[in-house]
Amino acid sequence: MSGRDALAAHFWQGCEAGELRYQRCSGCGAAQFHARPFCARCGAAPLWAVSRGLGTVYAVTRVERAPTPDFARRVPYDILLVDLDEGFRMMAHGAPGLVIGDRVRVGFERSGTRALPRFERLPEGDS
Amino acid sequence: MAWISGVGDTPFGRLDGETPLSLMAGAAAAALADAGLERGAVDGVLCGYAGTLPHLMLATLFAEYFGLAPRYAHALQAGGATGAAMVMLAARLVDAGECRNLLVVAGDNRLSGQGRDGAVEMLAQVGHHEYEVPFGPTIPAYYGLVASRYMHVHGLGEADLAEFAVLMRRHAALHPGAQFKAPISVADVLASRPIAAPLKLLDCCPVSDGACALLVSAAPGEPRLRIAGAAQAHPHQHVSAAADLADFGLADCAGRAREEAGIGIDDIDLLAIYDSFTITLLILLEETGFAPRGKAAERLRAGVFARDGLWPLNTHGGLLSFGHSGVAGGLAHIVEAARQLAGRAGARQVRRPETAFLHGDGGVMSSHVSLVLRRE
Repeated sequence: MSGRDALAAHFWQGCEAGELRYQRCSGCGAAQFHARPFCARCGAAPLWAVSRGLGTVYAVTRVERAPTPDFARRVPYDILLVDLDEGFRMMAHGAPGLVIGDRVRVGFERSGTRALPRFERLPEGDS
Repeated sequence: MAWISGVGDTPFGRLDGETPLSLMAGAAAAALADAGLERGAVDGVLCGYAGTLPHLMLATLFAEYFGLAPRYAHALQAGGATGAAMVMLAARLVDAGECRNLLVVAGDNRLSGQGRDGAVEMLAQVGHHEYEVPFGPTIPAYYGLVASRYMHVHGLGEADLAEFAVLMRRHAALHPGAQFKAPISVADVLASRPIAAPLKLLDCCPVSDGACALLVSAAPGEPRLRIAGAAQAHPHQHVSAAADLADFGLADCAGRAREEAGIGIDDIDLLAIYDSFTITLLILLEETGFAPRGKAAERLRAGVFARDGLWPLNTHGGLLSFGHSGVAGGLAHIVEAARQLAGRAGARQVRRPETAFLHGDGGVMSSHVSLVLRRE
């Protein structure tokens, strides 16, 4: 599927460049992570923006049984849902041991053909 | 009015040498025999999908194979909610006068034909191809995320989830066609192999071969089992796009089905609730009104969902222990509810139930169908 969706390709190119890209609606101002040519809330045109990459862990799981042989070589790995400060939620990898409510910062980790967003705990005192 | 006039199924588990079509035919023949109908009486066919038999026209493929030439036929896809969605559509088609006898049928040989690895890989693709699948999630991982949030919000632990696996196994023990019957304990569930935290192997449904079928008719069978209410809700597709993992908004869906049936919670005496994972049961029971939020496990421990309890739950053992053969897995809940209402559940029979509430869930709490069945 990847490569056929130009908007998704723009997101993944951002990851290659160390940027977490998302869309912000030019009409209602809503943040949108799953990129579309329109705002799913109001239908207006979204504009690309770059997140500061700071957020809060919303949900977490540790995968021990992988979906494919490629991922089987990496188990266990943690998958998160993170609420970014700009007002959108995304799935990503997480450093081991993160729990719900942890403040986290995004980084990017090479995995095959992609640079995958991966969050780590923010040091105490950072926000 | 639309009635369930007959039901049929195959055992669930490993059924070597079968195909989706042969399994579907076995269940369909059993349903026709149960209804006392001949093939020629079937004027509509609804089916789901089969992992081992991707096809653009599965309903027509099956109709030809089984020897039917219906005036209405197509497949339908709503993930795990497909079985309940087919029954809802069949009832609407009967009410509209389009058909008099619809065969609703599903079968899959995903265990023997696809294998566990193949099924796990295929099912993970229900996630978003660009924004979820690249991270290597599985269906258990999507539900593991949901479970983590549920446990965080309600302050519950893994043992609270495990209770439901134990109950489903206890119920399956009395069904001759169930895949898993050996008793398990909460400790067994907690000690089982980690899959996607907080879910362990025994929190997850198995991969199974099997088929189920039922007939939805304009004339009642004996006893008279009416499809009294039905409603759907489709809040999202992807878990990362769900607005709130602690509230999927299903109270409204369940309420609309009960309202159409003209009943309240207190009229219900049997439950058949989709149970792909233990966490699925807790959330669906609470959102559809059978426990306050965060209290499903407490109600289970009080005996509410036992065979002799106020609301016997999944008396066939559910997906968790009877087995999960794709669309047929969700249809099995409906077959079991019909058998209980008809007084034909054998050793599993609960005392004279009249009204059953059913709920199917597809995707990751994505597609929902509530049904009410009544013996009249």
